[in-house]
Amino acid sequence: MIPRIHIEDLTISYNRIPAVHHLNVTLEGPSSVALLGPNGAGKTTLLKALAGLLPSETGRIEFQGCGTARTQAVAYVPQRESVDWDFPITVRALAAMGRYPALGLWKKFGPADHALVEEALHVTELEAFADRQIKALSGGQQQRAFLARAWTQQASVYLLDEPFTGLDANASASFASALRHLRDMGKLVIASHHDLNSVPSIFNRVLLINGELVASGETATTFTPENVERTFSTKIFSGHEHRAHHHHHEEEQA
Amino acid sequence: MSWLFEPFQYEFMQRALVACALIGFTNGFLGSFVVLRRLALMADALSHSLLPGLAVSAIFIGLNPGGLLVGGLLAALFVALGGHLMARSSRLKDETAIAALYIIAFAAGIALIKYAKVRVSLDHFLFGNILAVGDADLWISYLVGAVVLLSLVILHRPLLLALFEVSVARSQGVRVDALLGWLIVLIVLTMVSSLQAVGVLLSLGLMILPAATVYLLTDSYSSLAVRSGALGMAGAVAGLLVSYWTNIPSGPAIIMVLGLVFLLAYLFSPKYGIIAARWRKRHLHEESLERWPDSSVEKR
Repeated sequence: MIPRIHIEDLTISYNRIPAVHHLNVTLEGPSSVALLGPNGAGKTTLLKALAGLLPSETGRIEFQGCGTARTQAVAYVPQRESVDWDFPITVRALAAMGRYPALGLWKKFGPADHALVEEALHVTELEAFADRQIKALSGGQQQRAFLARAWTQQASVYLLDEPFTGLDANASASFASALRHLRDMGKLVIASHHDLNSVPSIFNRVLLINGELVASGETATTFTPENVERTFSTKIFSGHEHRAHHHHHEEEQA
Repeated sequence: MSWLFEPFQYEFMQRALVACALIGFTNGFLGSFVVLRRLALMADALSHSLLPGLAVSAIFIGLNPGGLLVGGLLAALFVALGGHLMARSSRLKDETAIAALYIIAFAAGIALIKYAKVRVSLDHFLFGNILAVGDADLWISYLVGAVVLLSLVILHRPLLLALFEVSVARSQGVRVDALLGWLIVLIVLTMVSSLQAVGVLLSLGLMILPAATVYLLTDSYSSLAVRSGALGMAGAVAGLLVSYWTNIPSGPAIIMVLGLVFLLAYLFSPKYGIIAARWRKRHLHEESLERWPDSSVEKR
């Protein structure tokens, strides 16, 4: 089954001030989508709305081909600052937490669940760190631990808020390869992202927003200097440098 | 050696020991969720806001344990909910609104107690008196213990999802607000049932200290609750015996025993104690010097 998100006329407001307005777009797996836009463009808002955390003022979001209820099909990974890294939990236990929604209050954590946890640790290359407390991981490993949790949830849609923030080159590379792996497994990955340089090497699709939809499509055809210019050339973003996007957009495509 | 077993001969002590074991376990177990949610100061506010409810109950129906339970529960919920509503309807933040309300409630409680029909000493409410535990008090402890422990065991999965990361839990369909509201109710119930043992002012210690201690010793949230419960039980029983042998009042004795264990964990926990941390830092630093001999030299 192909996971598909169909967004129709979506408006999300805070205190009647719209952060995202009248958005129409369809996103389809398997793909990894870079959600791009200046600060205040509504990237986090859109991700939260997709995760079911914000009510929509107009329009709707439809999940198709996910097989289960939205609460299990969609895995939301928030920004790193919102996580309590001192929480007494190991990587393996964090991955096991992904099973909780499916198990509910009563079902026993069985062999199939244990197998899924081991599979998740394998997919995210965290086997060697399985018994570490989550603070004793590097930034990239922490991000992958949350992917492991999403994996055991058997999510088909992954919503990641700025997952590459604070990762060094090595960590970024291995996290990018984990995302590519998810795409190969048929998942739909949507990640907000701010480093325009690295977009073509990580994502095969882009979704450019600026309060409203600017462009959406294949990275090769849509991630053009013109579109990026249109997305970022606004008053609220006047201080930022735009030189980045002229180079890399024609590079590798998976 | 006879002094060692002496306390176990008296019926009032046996009753008090059972009550301590029960209350200690319930408090410790629940306390682990309070610590994980960082609700310690909220719990402190709740403990103070019990007082006017206890006073009003004492005024109208005397020292009936059931009446005290209901009175304390209503007063604490009034402060918790009222503070929340006050914060939402003004620019005040939650903790300011709740702090303002609980200290007003506490003052009102102190003022009201002198109007109680029966003669109640304020000390009794503030510091408890475990040796005065009656059958009705024991039954309340059994009942509250059963409600609290059953709730936490049944709800542990959604609770942990909510305690760990609220937005992810919400996205998975967990009803976070209802769960946290229920957690507040459980905190208040447990505190009221601990009043006889340690009183309003010290009930926070019985709830927080065991979990804070175990928090410094484990990386496994699933063992945190059970171990905190066991520590709370052992500490409360040991504290009561210390109180018998030394003539220190039971409340302070229990809290000081638990406090001593907590301080030991803070100092000597193998992984998270400050001594281990200090030793490890130097150790790692030396190791890094060996592996990258000139890393301390700025290369520019």
